[in-house]
Amino acid sequence: MVKGYEVVIGLETHAELSTDSKIYCSCKNKFGLEVNSQVCPICMGMPGTLPTLNEKVVDYAIKMGHALNCTINRICKQDRKNYFYPDLPKAYQISQSDVPLCENGYVDILVDGEERRIGVTRIHIEEDAGKLLHSERFNGDSLVDLNRCGVPLIEIVSEPDMRSSAEAKIYLETLKSILKYLDICDCKMQEGSIRCDVNVSVHKPGEPLGTRTEMKNVNSFSAAVRGIDYEINRQIEVLEAGGTITQETRRWDDVKGESVSMRSKEDAQDYRYFPEPDLLTIVVEQSRIDELKTQIPELPNAKLLRYVREYGITLKEATFVSESVELAGLFDECMEKGSGAPKSYISWIVGDLVKYLNDTGKTVDETRITADKLIELVDAIDKKTISNAGGKKVFAVLLEQDKPVKDIISELGLAQVSDTAALERIADEVLAANEKSVNDFKNGKTNALGFIVGQCMKASKGKANPAMMKEIITKKLDEM
Amino acid sequence: MELFENSAAKLSEMLNNKEISSVELTKSVFERIKDTDDKVNAYLTLDEENALNKAAEVDKKRAAGEKLSPLAGIPIGIKDNISTKGLRTTCASRMLESYEPPFDASVMTKLREADAVVTGKLNMDEFAMGSSTETSYFKKTKNPFDLERIPGGSSGGSAAAVAAGEAVLALGSDTGGSIRQPASYCGVVGLKPTYGAVSRYGLVAFASSLDQIGPLGRTVEDVAMLQSQICGHDKMDATSAYREYPDYVGLLSEDVSGLRIGIADEYFGEGVSDEVKTAVMNAVGELEKRGAQVKHVSLPSTDYALSSYYIISSAEASSNLARFDGVRYGYRAKEYDGLVDMYEKTRSQGFGAEVKRRIMLGTFVLSSGFYDAYYKKAKLMQRRISAEFSEVFKEVDVIAAPTVPTTAFKIGQNMDDPLKMYATDICTVTVNIAGLPAISVPCVHEDGRLPIGLQLIGDRFAEDKLLSTAYAYEKTVGGFRFPKL
Repeated sequence: MVKGYEVVIGLETHAELSTDSKIYCSCKNKFGLEVNSQVCPICMGMPGTLPTLNEKVVDYAIKMGHALNCTINRICKQDRKNYFYPDLPKAYQISQSDVPLCENGYVDILVDGEERRIGVTRIHIEEDAGKLLHSERFNGDSLVDLNRCGVPLIEIVSEPDMRSSAEAKIYLETLKSILKYLDICDCKMQEGSIRCDVNVSVHKPGEPLGTRTEMKNVNSFSAAVRGIDYEINRQIEVLEAGGTITQETRRWDDVKGESVSMRSKEDAQDYRYFPEPDLLTIVVEQSRIDELKTQIPELPNAKLLRYVREYGITLKEATFVSESVELAGLFDECMEKGSGAPKSYISWIVGDLVKYLNDTGKTVDETRITADKLIELVDAIDKKTISNAGGKKVFAVLLEQDKPVKDIISELGLAQVSDTAALERIADEVLAANEKSVNDFKNGKTNALGFIVGQCMKASKGKANPAMMKEIITKKLDEM
Repeated sequence: MELFENSAAKLSEMLNNKEISSVELTKSVFERIKDTDDKVNAYLTLDEENALNKAAEVDKKRAAGEKLSPLAGIPIGIKDNISTKGLRTTCASRMLESYEPPFDASVMTKLREADAVVTGKLNMDEFAMGSSTETSYFKKTKNPFDLERIPGGSSGGSAAAVAAGEAVLALGSDTGGSIRQPASYCGVVGLKPTYGAVSRYGLVAFASSLDQIGPLGRTVEDVAMLQSQICGHDKMDATSAYREYPDYVGLLSEDVSGLRIGIADEYFGEGVSDEVKTAVMNAVGELEKRGAQVKHVSLPSTDYALSSYYIISSAEASSNLARFDGVRYGYRAKEYDGLVDMYEKTRSQGFGAEVKRRIMLGTFVLSSGFYDAYYKKAKLMQRRISAEFSEVFKEVDVIAAPTVPTTAFKIGQNMDDPLKMYATDICTVTVNIAGLPAISVPCVHEDGRLPIGLQLIGDRFAEDKLLSTAYAYEKTVGGFRFPKL
């Protein structure tokens, strides 16, 4: 609810699929190369050329369909969406209209600790368009880079199930982490790998849904939040002033932080969809659909719920770890093989490991840490073989060298003295040498205890097990 | 007898026996072009230098004892909507006046692999839209049998060139009769193959679901020879059929005993001239004399074929031709004010009247609110027509019909009446709608009379039956006679 209005949001999300080649030709599907270098007569739409479907695109889209609990249409078709624009060389985009590859799904997201189910209307496959280049250097002309023409896209259309910009953002982040888990999209936002169109309407509680507007040119999740909030406020202002909302398409300008009307419903383009005659009906064997389903790993949104519910991990840490395939993989393996507490593993992962990754720019695979090593390390700490501080030193070595944990402990001389006799000897020596502190303690100065334990640690050159040391000192002082 | 007058089969034999060289043959054909093309106007672009080089190369290969294709060294003309790498491909449109494709159509790759000699590019109706080759932006091709008459269309240049001896063979394309109809008017043989038998890759699309490249020649054997070379699966064309094809020349047989020929009244209705009806029925009579059985069959939805055809073909054309927008290649208006104005002026000036008519018609039938009433209904009718043919082919092997309702009309006669022009396609469009193969073979053989074609329609991939039936008929009545030019 915003200012007494209920908000209804639906999203159309485009994700570029990371197949090796483009959707209808054999050009490389690669970003950031020299303009018009990744093109051929087919993706440039030269006369007489024909598209042939890259089957990988169908596989990838079916995987996303499974991940979003969709019905997969074994038989579907591709259609032409006709419109003129200089970045669209054929003047039509091959897409899917009335029979998409996947439909009727949903995705569960976690909003403020509450589980929310967002409906997924459909997922269809289509080709991307090129990119217009504008610059003063071009003397008033615009140029076009066709490298992106024919890059495969899936469009994920949600039901109007979201109620706030924050919810929309979590939905988008969930989609992103799923795409990443499935390894079907590189999710590089700055390269436009994921883009979305936003549909927003507002209405008073108990009243029918308001007129919706569509907003295009939303290029990041934070822009989506800003755009949605702007649109909610704009609509409420119009309604409060006694006006009505017109159904229209608006363009979001993230720099100015405002949207402007692009075209009204009356000017809406008629795309004259019709079945693409150059391509055959897509027919997918049920066995292939089933096989692809077996390839779907446990997804980040499911992991998140499991971490929070079963392991009692904080939402923040659980979200952070579950969104990363690598971190979650490491954590899950630790939980599967090790006997340490979930929180012990998580804190190493979100602490020292992530810091190291951020500092070096490495991925988990590029470090030498493995679940087995992390389990050994946590065990050593749990068994008090080494201290927490010692553990940090061991971990630093584990990141860069493939060595057994116990070897590192002994090389660094980190093994704690947990032998009671040895600790008692140290205690006796320190107590004897610090009569004043003992007296202070006896006279009620409790912080003298800390000083004495510190002296013991110093005498042991830091190797004494601090907890045991403290216990022995306390006992001896009581006895004195 | 001049070299250019021989059939491809005969020339292939002569070349193989080293009685002649390909250079001699190619020179003979280019001499003929120089003698007669001022009158016929079949060619838009000649490629003499490359043709002679190719001929010399083939002669060298033959001298070296290489095993060559039957088409090796044979001069072939190409309809100007088939992409030829580095050789201007205009579709007879101002829009593509100076367009040189950066790639070869798949059929061209096959012809080059077979060492065929490409003479040049042949005139046609603009973007293959027309039945007379009068909508070409560049020139009007004449019927070699009567220079005041049209050669038919849209592959009018292909049919006229073959009839005039300006090419031994030619490639055309057939969307609603564009190979068979000019073949009929020009007294040559033209085959429209089954949809999917010949790759469309590189054929500038008119109506993707109906277009098919096919051969034209002066004899059935020549057409069989060229068809054997160009058919086959192509991974570049998703609609290309997966199957093996025979060598059609080897399958040619004069024996038609037991062949079941269907006659459908729907193809002999109003508008079909008595002259044409008589010629076609006489031809069927000849085949009957040789042992074929004639059966009457019914194809009741034929009446709806023409409107379905014009809806589907125009709808697809409106989308296929949208890419000619002046942005990347082809014609662009000289003066314009902004993007939309550039589009409008470029397309207004770059396309001729008939093309614009079809684009508008196609845009209309696909528009929201009209799609169901037109396009969807036409697609339903397409299914019904296909189903009726399937039923009929349970009873007969081939259907005999006129190719065109009349003989060639005079240049300019139908230009002001598009509906009358469209009606000339009435006997041919059903074949494209149903994706079937059909052949047109001449059935008038008297000097002084205009040619008439017998159309034989077969079931999917029954090209062998069509070719054999046409071959048997041709052997009975005699083959091609050159017009006096």
